[in-house]
This record gives sequence, structure tokens and C-alpha cells, in this order.
Amino acid sequence: MSGKTRDGAQALIDGLQQQNVEFIFGYPGGANMPVFDALLDSPIKLILSRHEQGATHMADGYARTTGKAGVVLVTSGPGATNTITGVMTAHMDSVPLVVICGQTITPNLGLDAFQEADVSGISFPVVKHSYLIKNVNDVPRIVKEAFYIAESGRPGPVLIDLPKDIAVAQFEPDNNFDMHLPGYVIPTHGDPERISEAAEYLSRATKPLLLVGHGAIISKAERAVRILAEKMKIPVTSTLLGKGGFPENHALSVGMLGMHGTAYANMAVMECDLIMSIGSRWDDRIVGQADIFCKDAVKIHIDIDESEFNKMICPDCCIHGDARLVVEELNTQVVPNDTAPWLKQIEKWKKKFPLSYKKRGGLKAQLVLDELNNLVQGDAIITADVGQHQMWAAQFCRTTTPATWLTSGGAGTMGYGFPAAIGAQLAQPDKLVIAIVGDGGFQMTLCELSTAVINKLPLKVVIINNAYLGMVRQWQELFFDVRYSGVDLEGNPDFVKLAESYGARGFRIRRNADVVRILSEALAYNDGPCVIDAEVEKEDNVFPMVPSGHPYTDMVLERPKQKLAKPVGST
Amino acid sequence: MDENSVDSHSISLLVNNKPGVLIRISLVFARRGYNIDSLVVSPTQNEIYSRMSITASGDRQTLEQIIKQLNKLVDVIHACDHTGEVVVEKELALIKVKCPVECRTEVLQVSEHFKCQTVDITEDTLMLQVTGGTDKLDALHTMLTRYTILEMVRTGKIIMARGVATT
Repeated sequence: MSGKTRDGAQALIDGLQQQNVEFIFGYPGGANMPVFDALLDSPIKLILSRHEQGATHMADGYARTTGKAGVVLVTSGPGATNTITGVMTAHMDSVPLVVICGQTITPNLGLDAFQEADVSGISFPVVKHSYLIKNVNDVPRIVKEAFYIAESGRPGPVLIDLPKDIAVAQFEPDNNFDMHLPGYVIPTHGDPERISEAAEYLSRATKPLLLVGHGAIISKAERAVRILAEKMKIPVTSTLLGKGGFPENHALSVGMLGMHGTAYANMAVMECDLIMSIGSRWDDRIVGQADIFCKDAVKIHIDIDESEFNKMICPDCCIHGDARLVVEELNTQVVPNDTAPWLKQIEKWKKKFPLSYKKRGGLKAQLVLDELNNLVQGDAIITADVGQHQMWAAQFCRTTTPATWLTSGGAGTMGYGFPAAIGAQLAQPDKLVIAIVGDGGFQMTLCELSTAVINKLPLKVVIINNAYLGMVRQWQELFFDVRYSGVDLEGNPDFVKLAESYGARGFRIRRNADVVRILSEALAYNDGPCVIDAEVEKEDNVFPMVPSGHPYTDMVLERPKQKLAKPVGST
Repeated sequence: MDENSVDSHSISLLVNNKPGVLIRISLVFARRGYNIDSLVVSPTQNEIYSRMSITASGDRQTLEQIIKQLNKLVDVIHACDHTGEVVVEKELALIKVKCPVECRTEVLQVSEHFKCQTVDITEDTLMLQVTGGTDKLDALHTMLTRYTILEMVRTGKIIMARGVATT
């Protein structure tokens, strides 16, 4: 016993301090008032959001930027349920969060008390783990376990439900406590036999391809991956979340693969004789028609999560372990083979099927993002929301270092991009942070402009504004006979005036000729957040496109002349 | 064996003895549309853990995935499928049969063959307790259907690995 009396809320904050938490993203309410009170006596800075979903995405942006768990503090009932979209977003993308929810007093649990919701119950399908604290003595242990679980292994969100009577209960914290997690084992080095097997496969392949996923970034495998690629002369593609795991300006990079990947990456997938996933889960956006994906190629799968093996596809060799440790071990065993003809073939594809767009006519979203890429040269943290702009940003904004490309991949959560940029800017105050959003998604969380303004964050919000829900419109155009249903965002606000009303700076781009000048002006503005409203062509489409659930051979490179069959895959 | 064949599986789990653990486990089955046929939760020799014995039917590939997802849960110490292994599997059933005096001897004869215990007897009813493998209980059930079965409760299968192997 320490001999010092604390209450539950104070012990919680003590626990956060021991984890070196810098920021809490939160919103107060009746049930978490004791914690907000305890927070006043701590050096942890509160970032007050305007909506709990925003707070959760901010914590997510902070976490993806730093690798440390982002911390969210909300009240019971609606405060807690408002975080669920953000929690699910983090869960799908393996992002460490610790979400602390106030809760009604324990005698009222299950009695439909005011602002009571069974939050830990609601959370079960979308968290890595969750706690409902029933005894104040458990607070220090649970806080420590929550961070450990959130950040280690395959990271994910952990929710702590803290009833108000526990938050005010007095106790003498015992500093000698152990975590009790007998069912939680973190794999490290892979099975040596499987690694040797993979090394042999790699050494024999003449048309190999490396597939870099988010797991490679989480495990900090970028150096090992680069050594492997350069030593073996293997081209590298990445998933949407794997962008940055290998520099996209490297000669061996073929950019992103999948539904809207580069044509040359997708052609490499079709032609390779070996594909090795490093921390990717072969998501349905990547494999298209799973049963014939890379049918004749040797498939190797490195993953820290055993349940990803044989889930989407059945690889020839599965290595259960940490991506960095496994690739480092592989590097000591692989023997270079002649891949020169393969690389030459890929160069040909790169020249023949580059990412392209027409520069005539109205303002092109691709041009805005291409020029933005030229101006920042990879030296920025870019967050993207969800939709057409996200895919164009993924294609044109080259990511060269890990943890500088943040987007909601698995969940596809609209409204993610802007608040995530707030979290990223707080984590990296000296770095250029740019949120690329659509006019639809931005309006889901734009109330956080207040949060960005009051914290004087110099982040830039680029709105690719086509006054449409562009990706859905694209599908309706291609697969539903141009029958537009619910995609016209008429009634959009004047985003420049809107920004100004929040005290942020507003810019507008209407012509291709103005893109560089206005973007440069906005990038030079650092007195607070700014919003760049790019009024782009309304009906442009993202290509290449592999229709959902289809094989790569069905890839479409430009607007098709005739109607396409409805895709067989999901969304 | 067909990889997608639907068959019955005996799964055992060692889990933390805490509220909410059962929901987390059943959610994993429900999400993949896998039906749980029987489920037994019981204490172990160590009070901080519980044992779960689950019988479920569905295709093997999905079950393999489910087992891995169960093992991923922080509250699950371990989960394994014992189907096809040499394990001891037992079940207990209570069966209440409508049994007027004129057929009592007949029912008791059947009961004796199955080594049942008579746990309750009235003028019109007879309650039998039977233990054993699922096949034996099924066979008894079939035999008794020619009389009127008023009620039946089965515990579901419990499983234990033989010898020094852990369950």
C-alpha cells in the first residue's frame, strides 16, 4: 500500500500519466465529471472535441502517427455510443485506442438509468478487449492492461467503462500489482521451418512480388522490407494502408494494388509467380475474386494474427509472427535470383499504363492532388477521408515514409479524414499536415473546425468538392444505368465562408491554371487551419477499376463505352 | 474428407471466469452463422477459470477460423476442436416418461439395459437419469419414444482429453 488515498478517477489519471499520455480527446457529461475534475490536476492536455466521433478519430490520427495508444474520454449513454463508429474504424485498421467511458453508478446498471447504455456489451464486436470496472482496487491494473493490450501484438481499441461510484470511491492504491492476462500471447519470431521454406520459395522465384500491408508499418518493418526488395530485386506493391511501408518513389515500387490500384501493380499481380504478403490481410478490395487470385503463383503470408491465415485465400506458406522479425530473418537466408526480365516487363507496363488524367476542361481532382504531391514531395502527413478523393489521393500522393498516410481503410468511415488530421498535427506539431476530404465526408465531422482553430493547428483541409457523393455516383453511372439516387449534395454550404465563420482561413480553386498558385499560398499559411475548396468537375470517375468481387482480368482502365455488368462482390 | 462437409464438432475452451465472457464467445459463432447445439459452462479446479464444452455443427473450414478467432479473445486461455481425437465425452439426460402401471415393467426393463437410474416415480410417470455418450442417449431416446416422453433435459456434452494431454 502506498498510504496515499486516491479516488477511482484520480487513479485512472495516474495510470494514464504512467503511460506518458500527452493528450486526452474528449467530451464531458454527467457520468465522467469526476474524471474531468481529476484531469485538472494533471499535465495531460484535454482536447475538447465538438462530437465524440470526432474525438475518437482524433485519437486514432494521433495513434497512427505515433504508434502510441490514443486516449478518448467520453460520458455514458450517447457520449459512449457516439464513439462506436470511431472504435470500429480503429478496430478494422488495427489502431491502438483506449476509450474511457463514464457510466451510471453500479447499483443502477441495467435499470435504464438516465444516460445508461450497456456500452461494454455494445462494444464487444468492435474492440480488441473491453472492461467494466466494478471494484475501484482494479483501476490501476485495468489501465495498465488496457494500454498493453491496445498497443501490443496486432493493435486495436480497448474500452474501459467506469461507473461514477467507482470513479469517486476512495482507496489506497497498491503499487505492486501484476497484469493478469493468461490468455494473451504475443507472437514474435516465426516458425524457423516456415521461414526457411519461404526463403527457398523467394530464392527460386523469377517473377516475385512483395505486398506490403499496414502490419509492416505497425511492426516498423520498413527497413527490413527495403533490404529484402533491394537485395532480391523484387518489385513492391502496397495496400491502401500499407502506403509508406516502402517508399513509393523507389524504382522498385509499383504503388497501390487492388480495386483502384495502379494498372501496373495489378498487372504484376496477374503475372507474378510468387506473392508475399507482409502484414496484409488479403482484403476483398485486393483479392477481387478470391478463388482465382494469383492462382498459379506461390503465396506466402506473414501475419501476427493467426486468424488471418486461410481466411480470404489459402497460402502455400504461412508465417505466424512479427513482420519485422520475420523479414529480418528471411533477409539472412534468401539468395538473389535473376529478376531482370521481370523488372523490365514491369517498366514496360509503367510506361504503357501510367496513372493519367486529362488536363483540359474543368478543374480536375487528380490535377489538384498531383500538384499537391509535387509541392510537398512526400514531406507531409496526409490524411484522406473516404470516397473518390481518397482513391485519387492514394494514387497521386506518393507516400515515402511510414505513418504519414492515414485513412480509414477497412471500415471506410466517412468523416474520418479531418479529425484524424487534428490528432496527427497535435502529435507532430512541426510537420505539415494535410487532410484531403470530399464535400460529403467533411460535412460529417466539420464541427471540429472549432477544435482545430482554438488549438491553432496549422493543418490544411483540401476539399475535393464535386457536390456529389462521387464514389456512389460513379457506381450508379457504371452499374445502375446512370440512375442517380441520393447522391446529389445540393445545398452544400459555401466552404470558404464556413471556414471563415469558424475563424479559419478559406481558399477556393476553380480553374486548373490556379491550382499551383493557390495551393502554394495555402501551404504557406501557418497561423491556424485553412480550408481549400477545390470545385472540381462533377462527374469524373476513378480508374483503373477492378469491379468488386471480379478477377483482375476485368480491370477497366478508362470510362467504358458500354454498360458493365453489376459487380458480384460486396459494396 | 470434404473440407466443406457439415458435421458436428466438440470444442473445449478454458476461459477467464468473468461476466461477459460467454457473450464474447457466442458472438464469434453467431457472426459466422454457426449454430451452437449444446454448451456447458462449469467451474474448473482453479476458481479463476471456467471450462466451456461446446458442440456445434457446420463446415470444418469455418470452424477452424472460428477456433482461431476464439483464441484471439483476451479472455480465452485456449480453445480447441477435439473432433476425431480420442477423448472422453459424456452427457447426462433426465427423461420423464408417461408410465401407467401396466407398462412400468417394460419401461424399467429398457432403463436397466441402458443402466439408467430411476430418480422419480409416481403413479403415472417415471423419471430416468442416464449418462454416457451421445449415441447411447440418442438410442435410449428412440427406445422411449414409443411411450410418451413428457419432458427431456440433456446437459450437453462434456469433454476431457485422455492421459496426460490437456483438454
